[in-house]
Amino acid sequence: MKKKNLLFITLCAVVLSLALTVSGINPCHAVGAQQKNVILATTTSTQDSGLLDILIPIFEKKTGYFVKTIAVGSGQAMAMGQKGEADVLLVHSQEAEKKFMAEGNGMNRRLVMHNDFIILGPPVDPATAKMSKSSMEAFKKIALSRSLFMSRGDNSGTHAKEKSIWKAAGINPEGQKWYQQTGLGMGQTLSVAAEKKAYTLADRGTYLALKKTLGLDILNEGDTLLLNVYSVIQVNPAKFPKLNTAGAKAFADFMVAKDTQKLIGKFGIEKFGSPLFFPDAGKKEEALGKK
Amino acid sequence: MDLILEGIQKAFSLLFTLDPEVLGITWLSLAVSGAATLISLFIGISIGTAVALVEFPGKRIVISLINTGMGLPPVVVGLFVSIFLWRNGPFGFLEILYTPTAIIIAQAIIATPIVMGITLAAIQHLPKNLRLQILALGATRLQMVWLLMKEARLPLLAAVMAGFGGVISEVGASIMVGGNIKGYTRVLTTATVMETGKGNFDVAIALGIILLLLAFMVNALLTQIQQKQRPR
Amino acid sequence: MNSASPILEIKDLQAKRGGVPVLDIPDLDIRGGEVFSLIGPNGSGKSSLLLVLACLLPWRRGFLLFKGSSITPGNGLMAYRRKIAMVFQEPLLFDATVSDNVAAGLKIRAMSRADIHRIVTECLDRFGIGHLGERHARKLSGGEAQRTSLARAFAIHPEIIFLDEPFSSLDPPTREGLIDDLQRILKETRTTAVMATHDRLEALRLSDRMAVMKDGKIVQTGSPEAVMNHPLDEFVASFVGMETILSGEIIKTGSGTVMVHLQGGDIEAIGSARPGDRVICCIRPEQVTLSTGLSQESVSTRNTFAGRVTRIVPLGLFHKVSLDCGFFLTAYVTSASVENLDLKEGKPVFASFKATAVHLIRK
Repeated sequence: MKKKNLLFITLCAVVLSLALTVSGINPCHAVGAQQKNVILATTTSTQDSGLLDILIPIFEKKTGYFVKTIAVGSGQAMAMGQKGEADVLLVHSQEAEKKFMAEGNGMNRRLVMHNDFIILGPPVDPATAKMSKSSMEAFKKIALSRSLFMSRGDNSGTHAKEKSIWKAAGINPEGQKWYQQTGLGMGQTLSVAAEKKAYTLADRGTYLALKKTLGLDILNEGDTLLLNVYSVIQVNPAKFPKLNTAGAKAFADFMVAKDTQKLIGKFGIEKFGSPLFFPDAGKKEEALGKK
Repeated sequence: MDLILEGIQKAFSLLFTLDPEVLGITWLSLAVSGAATLISLFIGISIGTAVALVEFPGKRIVISLINTGMGLPPVVVGLFVSIFLWRNGPFGFLEILYTPTAIIIAQAIIATPIVMGITLAAIQHLPKNLRLQILALGATRLQMVWLLMKEARLPLLAAVMAGFGGVISEVGASIMVGGNIKGYTRVLTTATVMETGKGNFDVAIALGIILLLLAFMVNALLTQIQQKQRPR
Repeated sequence: MNSASPILEIKDLQAKRGGVPVLDIPDLDIRGGEVFSLIGPNGSGKSSLLLVLACLLPWRRGFLLFKGSSITPGNGLMAYRRKIAMVFQEPLLFDATVSDNVAAGLKIRAMSRADIHRIVTECLDRFGIGHLGERHARKLSGGEAQRTSLARAFAIHPEIIFLDEPFSSLDPPTREGLIDDLQRILKETRTTAVMATHDRLEALRLSDRMAVMKDGKIVQTGSPEAVMNHPLDEFVASFVGMETILSGEIIKTGSGTVMVHLQGGDIEAIGSARPGDRVICCIRPEQVTLSTGLSQESVSTRNTFAGRVTRIVPLGLFHKVSLDCGFFLTAYVTSASVENLDLKEGKPVFASFKATAVHLIRK
């Protein structure tokens, strides 16, 4: 009976010490070191691209800050900014961003990079979308031919972009049988589209990562409407005194710094043959896409 | 089918090559859920036993609450805990949102009612006069409680396993209060969801298999202890 | 053994259980070394009284005195509990071996392993379960389990042992053996015992004194002989097995005898009373003899009545024969006699009993 007690006690001790070491794993987490933490709210597609996995460690090493990257939808990211629950945002939803800034929630919105969206579809291409000169035209053709289209339907940046293209094309796909909404992330939505041989809109980065297994072709690209522009926004400390304003500024500055921008430009070449993002710091938004 | 096979292959390769990220995630899952289970064990068994043994007004209501708590949706717990831990929330000054500590807290809240409810039922199920018999043998109140718990050790261990099972497998609260931060608060369940979302199904399946293995090993150990207590 | 002052006393005690009053005992004392039984029907408060005596049930008013000092939850409770033991109707053994069970009380008292081992072996032998030491409690028969429970209680060498219907869940042969053993051990160890039972024969066999309980009160205390043969009221009379209970009126008194007039006949009884007093006559069925013809003997017995058999119920060792002699009378008759007399329902018989067999209760 004594042996069993000993076993139990050692088990408890092991688990408890594990948990304690794990909680204390980050030296920046000591009490009073609050200002070492920077909460970065960004989108799932940004995190999924893997770019931040490269950049953040560099930033942390350089500045000693500990970045907590919280990847949620664009909508939630900006909501977090509005409530002062994040220090800095890295998002790509221009309309919403402008509203965010107009309401005084953020300061110092700066361009960081862009990538683009592409229209994907089955190689057979029943809607002859490949023959389109613009993304609007491609969407019109898909609607007219009533070909199956997969939307993310989750108010993400991608979904917002998709809606703007439908709007520009003057089409309302809601409720139509050929227009289906998955409510899933980009990778999953692509898988579903591939499975059902449907058309869809995706960001190039996710597509490149999954290209091998998918079996979908790029049918339209390059249009200005398809631009996906990323900005970094510092949350306005006027409303929320608890923000790590210094940390937020450091991160934002880092994202537009020359060295970082170079890294951004190189990211993905090794793996996919072409870069996933195009650095844009310092440029004017209107000048984008005019290459 | 190939997908699952691919997943199994990936699982083995990740484990055998001792992929540091996967090992880290696994270790974290074990530590966090283990600590939460431990906390729930102490709080759950002590309060469950107390409620079972003491008569007090409103006892029925308390028992209903505990039983309801057993079915508490983890995601709701996560939501409320994160609201409390938000910077601008009542406990924001503690700065523990998006840390493993927050996950431990949320998981402890999820597991405690489970352990409490099962303990309560186990102690109530003991013969009515056993308590008096133990006191008649000259036991102090503390000795009596300890002896009663020993009598109920089989279902109590089941309670611990139920508590652990409930938290090692939960994902909603872990994402909300942990933030799924790479190398810091990413656990097996949250990583699985993320990889699935990315479309990396083989990695997701691999992580799922590792999670199952982990859960199995812990429960095998606890079952061994539990069944050792059974009369042969 | 018999000390001048009682080992346990109750004064003016009232207790409730679940809000319902269960005990109202103005006075009770237990003498050191005696076996004291509490008998009464289910719900009479026997178990509650035992629990109060063992200080396991709190009481509202009154005192419990152990060797003269008052025991209350705040004063002397734990010390008192360490000197007593209790055995319940169910063995309530722990999920462990027999040895571990018997050692339980000793472990609670933090005795040394060597001492525990010695005492446990001794107790196991004493109760005849020495060979069961390593067997697990779940694998015991009813009798073996109850022996283990008793061994566990005696292992702590209590000054008083409380037993709540300890034999009622056992089958008769097992019960017999265990009652014998318990009696012997109680004598050997000179332990005071307070036992609750609804089986009056068991009480008769084991007790030095008994108390009859009804609705939470004690209605009669005394030696078994006194309670069994001289009940103080109808309830006790009926409970101790006086099957014939009749009310009547004294019509004649003589030297030490009285004549009681009943509806249907007159009975002679021993006692003194005044004519006109209302009394109850109680007669034990064992003391009624039946015959088919009037013999010399029956003529000399004053109380002889002619009657008719109304019912015969076999009760194992004997038969219970109900008669109508103008008043109702019950007799116990051996099976042999039933055969010899060729008793059957409706048969006319003569029933007789001595005047000394009639117990009078004054109303």
